[in-house]
Amino acid sequence: MEKTYYNPADLKKFGKIIEFEPELGKKFFDYYNSVFEEGSLTAREKSLIALAVSHTVQCPYCIHAYTDDALQRGISNEQMMEAVHVSAAIRSGASLVHSVQMMNRVKELSM
Amino acid sequence: MKSLKAQDAPLSHADQQLKILSEPYGDEEFVLFSQKLEESGLYPLTSTGVEILQINVGKMCNQTCSHCHVDAGPDRKEIMTKETMQLCLDALSKSNIKTVDLTGGAPEMNPDFRWFVEEIKKLGKHIIVRCNLTIIVANKSYYDLPKFFKKHAIELVSSLPYFAAAKTDAQRGEGVFEKSIRALKMLNDVGYGMQDTDLKLNLVYNPSGAFLPGDQNALQNDFKKQLGENYDVSFNELFAITNLPISRFLEYLMRTDNYVEYMDKLISVYNPIAAENVMCRNTISVGWDGYLYDCDFNQMLELKVQGNNTKHIRDFNVQELDNREIVINQHCFGCTAGAGSSCGGVIS
Repeated sequence: MEKTYYNPADLKKFGKIIEFEPELGKKFFDYYNSVFEEGSLTAREKSLIALAVSHTVQCPYCIHAYTDDALQRGISNEQMMEAVHVSAAIRSGASLVHSVQMMNRVKELSM
Repeated sequence: MKSLKAQDAPLSHADQQLKILSEPYGDEEFVLFSQKLEESGLYPLTSTGVEILQINVGKMCNQTCSHCHVDAGPDRKEIMTKETMQLCLDALSKSNIKTVDLTGGAPEMNPDFRWFVEEIKKLGKHIIVRCNLTIIVANKSYYDLPKFFKKHAIELVSSLPYFAAAKTDAQRGEGVFEKSIRALKMLNDVGYGMQDTDLKLNLVYNPSGAFLPGDQNALQNDFKKQLGENYDVSFNELFAITNLPISRFLEYLMRTDNYVEYMDKLISVYNPIAAENVMCRNTISVGWDGYLYDCDFNQMLELKVQGNNTKHIRDFNVQELDNREIVINQHCFGCTAGAGSSCGGVIS
């Protein structure tokens, strides 16, 4: 048995989550598939958003799946990395903007 | 880079490739292609009537692409003789086949290529040439190919795996992208791929790695935009073709430990509509030595057509071939994945 929590082979078993709770599982996958259809945003744009968010939530399954998806769509390496930088910028920005709270507190307590 | 054959690599042998494809791989046992066809009501797969004769005029090529299913290259000496070409002409003259699809290797490197084209044209057939582009700029004896193609109204199908150098060169060799762009401009200059002419210049997109091609229309739009804006190059259609797990691409999959995942991907997106429209159903493939196959991939796996009499172009019997059962194996999942794949792109 794999001695890690993440097993790459589990990705293709994702669909099997409906075994334990079919109704909600099916609703989820219907919703999921609808989300990624062409809409006001193109499927390609959605794929890049998914790739960026995958890095934000640090889901190895999602990173695997949406890197493959981006390659299939002919998205360039540069475009993929730019999307990840958007994710990284928001994530680091979210940390840094909280430093205002730190600064406020410092000022509150300092002479 | 040498061909697998020149390296005497195990996977240069068709029987070794078939052994990998046909047998369980470690713990992995893949569903059989025949079973999927059965589920789709398509087994046994049969011909719908021969409309296209695809002729491989030789394995010699000026490039050694890392995914090549022919294992072609400068070190391959298998070339169709003029005598075998004449047998193809004899077969064509007594059939209603409308299209002849010339492939290789680089078909233009066969010394009798131009004579063969002229003779096929005299029979009133439409000709497709699978031109790798760089042959046009390889040396000055080929510089006039665009004019030759134009003179005979040949439809061109040319590989260009990406609209930038790095990915193209990784698959097709150092400097191939730059040479391909030069050749495309020469073709555009005589009218190929331009809006106001009937001279068709179609590009082929093959993924440069262990992944499948995405939506053909979306890729075509990207290619048109990028090649137009960055290089002032025009073309007609883009065909997205899946890499089949045979020959050099199979060797790549094995070497990089991608084989199981790639087969899983192909099988998981099996499309019965694509299976119904696979190109082998309306095509016959002729090898450099005149033997007949259901497709160019079967040719490289040395899986000759079934049937008692028609095995070689000299015995060409359209009626028998029109009613033949097609030889299949696990590599066929490459043609039925997703939107499907053929020498003319998606098929569903």
